[in-house]
Amino acid sequence: MMMAAASQPTTSATTDVLPYTIVIGLEVHVQLLTRTKLFCGCSTAFGAAPNTQTCPVCLGLPGSLPVMNHEAFILAVRAAKALSCRIAEFTKWDRKHYFYPDLPKGYQISQFDLPFSSDGKLLVCDSKGRFAPRTVGIVRVHLEEDAGKSIHDESTGCADSRIDLNRTGVPLMEIVTQPDLRSPQEARAWLNELKLLLVYLKVSDCNMQEGSLRVDANINLHIPLPDGRIAKTPIVEIKNVNSFRSVERALLYEASRQWDEFNHTHAEIGSSPKQTRGWDDPAGVTRAQRHKEESSDYRYFPEPDLVPVTVSETELSLMTSAQGETPALLRSRLESQWSISAYDADVLVNQGIAFVGYFERLATILSDGKSASNWMQQDVMRMLNENTVAIESFPVRAEGLAALIAQVSSGAFDTSRARDIFSEMVKTGRSAAEVAASMGIADVGDDELMSLCRELVACNPKIVADVKGGKEQAAAGLLGQAKKKNPNVNPGKVRQLCLELIRAM
Amino acid sequence: MHPGDMSACEIAGAVARGDISAFECTQAALSRIDRLNGSINAFLHIDAEGAIASARSIDSRRARGESLGPLAGVPIAIKDVLCTRNVPTTCASKMLKDFRPPYDAFVVERLRTSDAVIVGKTNMDEFAMGGSNENSAFGPVRNPWDLSRAPGGSSGGSAACVAAGMSPIALGSDTGGSIRQPAGLCGITGLKPTYGRVSRRGLIAFASSLDQVGPMARSAADCALVLETIAGHDPGDSTSLKADVPPYSRLLEESLAGVRIGRVAAHFTEGLNPEVARAVDEAFAVFRAAGATIHDIEMPHARWGVPTYYLVAPCEASSNLARYDGVHFGHRTDTAQILASHAADRTQKNNIDSDQADSTLVEMYRKSRAEGFGSEVKRRIMLGTYALSAGYYDAYYLKALKVRRLIRQDYLNAFEKVDLIGGPVSATAAFPLGEKTGDPLSMYLVDLYTVTANLAGVGGISFPCGLSASGLPLGFQLQSPALAEPLLLRAADRFQRITDWHQRRPHLEGTLQQP
Repeated sequence: MMMAAASQPTTSATTDVLPYTIVIGLEVHVQLLTRTKLFCGCSTAFGAAPNTQTCPVCLGLPGSLPVMNHEAFILAVRAAKALSCRIAEFTKWDRKHYFYPDLPKGYQISQFDLPFSSDGKLLVCDSKGRFAPRTVGIVRVHLEEDAGKSIHDESTGCADSRIDLNRTGVPLMEIVTQPDLRSPQEARAWLNELKLLLVYLKVSDCNMQEGSLRVDANINLHIPLPDGRIAKTPIVEIKNVNSFRSVERALLYEASRQWDEFNHTHAEIGSSPKQTRGWDDPAGVTRAQRHKEESSDYRYFPEPDLVPVTVSETELSLMTSAQGETPALLRSRLESQWSISAYDADVLVNQGIAFVGYFERLATILSDGKSASNWMQQDVMRMLNENTVAIESFPVRAEGLAALIAQVSSGAFDTSRARDIFSEMVKTGRSAAEVAASMGIADVGDDELMSLCRELVACNPKIVADVKGGKEQAAAGLLGQAKKKNPNVNPGKVRQLCLELIRAM
Repeated sequence: MHPGDMSACEIAGAVARGDISAFECTQAALSRIDRLNGSINAFLHIDAEGAIASARSIDSRRARGESLGPLAGVPIAIKDVLCTRNVPTTCASKMLKDFRPPYDAFVVERLRTSDAVIVGKTNMDEFAMGGSNENSAFGPVRNPWDLSRAPGGSSGGSAACVAAGMSPIALGSDTGGSIRQPAGLCGITGLKPTYGRVSRRGLIAFASSLDQVGPMARSAADCALVLETIAGHDPGDSTSLKADVPPYSRLLEESLAGVRIGRVAAHFTEGLNPEVARAVDEAFAVFRAAGATIHDIEMPHARWGVPTYYLVAPCEASSNLARYDGVHFGHRTDTAQILASHAADRTQKNNIDSDQADSTLVEMYRKSRAEGFGSEVKRRIMLGTYALSAGYYDAYYLKALKVRRLIRQDYLNAFEKVDLIGGPVSATAAFPLGEKTGDPLSMYLVDLYTVTANLAGVGGISFPCGLSASGLPLGFQLQSPALAEPLLLRAADRFQRITDWHQRRPHLEGTLQQP
C-alpha cells in the first residue's frame, strides 16, 4: 500500500490527479501601439540607434513637464472595455520612486490607487477540450511609462553598463489577473487569447521579441493535508520569461519544485517574503534572484505635473465606437453565419483578423463556409507556411482562389490537380485559368474523352471482364492509363464514362 | 532721465518711439550691474554678450520700420531657476553648476518674442528653498538697503537686482512666498499669479503643485506689463489654465470704490513687529480713503499653513529632486576614486562579489547627492522622503492634503464676503545675514503670511507701504481669488498712485565699497 501511494503521483504525464492544486496569477505588460511616447512626442519605433529617440521630457531634464498622450489613453480604454473592465470616471497619475540608471527622473509615472480600469475578466476555451473553459478575473489594468534599457556588458570584466533611453516613456498597459488559472497549460492558452484580443483591437502588436509584451507569473500550490487543512506554499514570482512556451515550461518546473520543496521544508505562505525567481530557459530551471539590499518603498504619491483624467459616458462611447470585434465574438459569429464547427472557427480566428477577412471574402463568393474553411485551413495555411508569407501579402486574392474552387466544384479539375494549380498561382501570381493554360491543363472535350474511353475499354478486356463480373473497383486500372495518355482528363469523368461503356457492351 | 531709473513701461514706450535705443538701455543696465553686483551678488551669470546682441537686433528692426514687442528694449533679469537656452541655469546649486539647458522656459520664450533684453540670471536660495537667499551655493545676496542684511528669498537676487536698479524688472518664482517676501524686504513690487496662470514649463521644479512664476518690478504697472507677456495657456504644461489673458496694463484705471478688502485680525496678534503692524494699518487707511471698504474676516485654518506647507513642499521636492543622481546630468562624484577603492577591495578579498556593481552605483548616487546638494536641500529631501514613506504617508502627506483643502475652503469662504485680502508680507523688515541660519524653524516662519496663498492656489501681490525707523522697506500684501489679477494689480497700482513708497530707493553709492 505504501509503495502504491508513493509511486502514484506525478509519474504519469497524462494524469490529471495531482496531489495539489496549482494557483497562478499573471501580470502582463503590454506596449501600446502609439506613434509617440506616453508623455512626450518622441517616436516609439523599435530598433533605432541608442538614445536617438529622446527629448528633454523623457530624459527627465530639469524644467521639463509631461503631457499625456490621449491616443494611448484611448487604446488602453479600448482594451480594458474588451476585457469587461469597469472604466473609472476619475483616474489620476502617481509617481513610483526608485533609483536606477535607466530611470532618469528617479521615478516612473504610473497609476497607484486609482487605476483607469478594474474588475474585468477574460474567458479562455480550448477547442481541443484539453481543459474546461476558464474565466480569469482581472484585478486592474493601468497605464504607466516604460523605463530605459540597461545593457550590462560583463564580457570586458569591468562590468561596463550602457543605457539606452529610447524606450523610456513608451506607453505600457499593465494587466493584473486574479489567481484564477489552475495549470501552466491554461496560463499559456490564456496568454494566447489575451494577445489575440489585443492584436485584434490594434491596441498592441504584442511582439515579445521586441518587448511589446512581457509576462511575470505568480504561482503557488494549495496542498490538501491529511488533517483536511489546505497548505499554501509561498508565492513565487517568475520573471524573465520570453515566450508563452517559456511561461508554460517555467510554471511546470516551478510547480514541481514547490512540491518538492514543500515535502522537504513544509514552508507555507507567510513564512517568508514573496520570492522572485528568474527563468533560465536553456537550463529549464527557475533560480532565486538576489534580494535587494534595501526593501523597496516606492513612496507613491499623486503626480503633480499631470491633471487627473475624467471620462464621461459620452467620451467613453466615442472612445470605444471604433472598437473592432473581439476574437470571442468573432468565433461565435463565424460559427453561426458560415455553419462551421467551433473548432474550425477557433482555428480561423487564431490566425488573425486578416486571415479571417480573407476567409469571409472567400466564403461570400463561394456561398459556402465549409468549403472556404477547408481551403483556408488546408491549402492557404500550407502555402503561407511554405512561403513564410503573411496573409496580408499573399499573392492570390480571395476572388482568384474562389474561381479555382468553383472549377473544382464544376468538375473541371480534381482536387489534386487544383492544388498544383494553386501552388503555381502562389508562385507566379497568375490566375487559375492562366496557370492551367501554361501547364497545358485544358478542359478535355466530350468527343475526345469519349474516344479515349473507347480505346481504353477496347484495349483492356481483362478489366472489362472483371467489371462485368461485378468488380467495379477494377475500373481504377483504366484511370492510370487515361492519365498517361492525356494528363488533363478528369479521372472521375473517365471512370463514369468507361463504366457506362462497359455496361453497354 | 537715466535709463536705469526708468520704469519698464517708460523704456518700452521710449524705445518704440525711438527716443532711446535698446542698446543704450541695455548698456545702462549692464554698467550698473557691473558696478553693483560685486557688492550685492544678485547675479550668478551676466549675459552681456547675449543682451547686447538682442538689443542691437531690436534697434535694427526698429530702424527698418518693423513693429516691436511690448517689452522692446526693457532689460530683465531671470531667476536662475528658469531654463535659458545654452545659458547656465544652476538653481544656485553645485548640482547644476555646469548645466546649460537645451531649451528656453515658456516664459523666457515669451520674453524673447516680446523683445525684452535678458541681462542675466539671478541668485537665489538653492532650488528655491529658503527665505533669505543664504542657501545659495554661490554666496548670499545682500539687501541693497543694508548690505549686512538678507534680501529675503528665495528670489532674493531678482528682488535685490530690481531694488538696486540693475534692471527695471525681473522674473521670480513663488512656492511659499519666494516672490512676495523678498519683494517686501527689498521695497519692490512682486506678483505671485494664480496657480496655472503662468506656464511652469522650463521652471526647474521645487514643489510642482505650489510653484508659480511671476514678475518683480518697481511698480504694479510694470508687473501688469510683464504678466501680460508671460501669462497664458501652454499646452506643454498640463496644469496651466486655459483662461484668456486680460490686457492687465490697460485695466488699471477704474477706481476702488466699493471694493471690499478683508483684514485678518489674527495677522496682528503675536509675532508681528509693531512697526510693520503700523505701516500695514496705514495702508488699509489709504485703501479706505481710495473708496475701498475694510472688513474683518477669519481664516481659521491659516495657522496650520506653515506646517502643511512644510509637508507638501518637501514631499514634492524629494520626488522632483530624485533626478539629480549623477547619472544623466548634474554633478557626479569622482567615480574613478570609487572604482579604485572597489578594485582594491576586490584584490583583498580575491573574489568578485555579485553585489559589487550595485554597491558601486549606490555609492555613486550617495556621494554625488551628498556633494551636490546644500544642507537645506538635503533637509527637505529627508523630510519629504520620510513623510512619503510606507507607514507615514497617511499621518503626514495625506493629513497635509486634507488641511490644504481646509485652507483652500477658508479662502473660498472669505472671498464670498470680500474681493481682496490685505495684510503684512513678513513679520519684520529685512533681518541681518546669519540671524536665522542656525535655526531652520525660525527661517520657516518667514513664510507665515505667504504660504497659504500657494496652498490655495490664489494670487498675491506685495508692495512697499512704509519704511522702518532704521530706513528699511516694509511690505503690504494683497491676495485675490483665482484669476482676479486684474483687481489685484489695479488695487496695488491705485495705492502707488496715492503713495510714493515704491519710489523710494536705497542709498547705494555710499555703501558700495563694502565687500
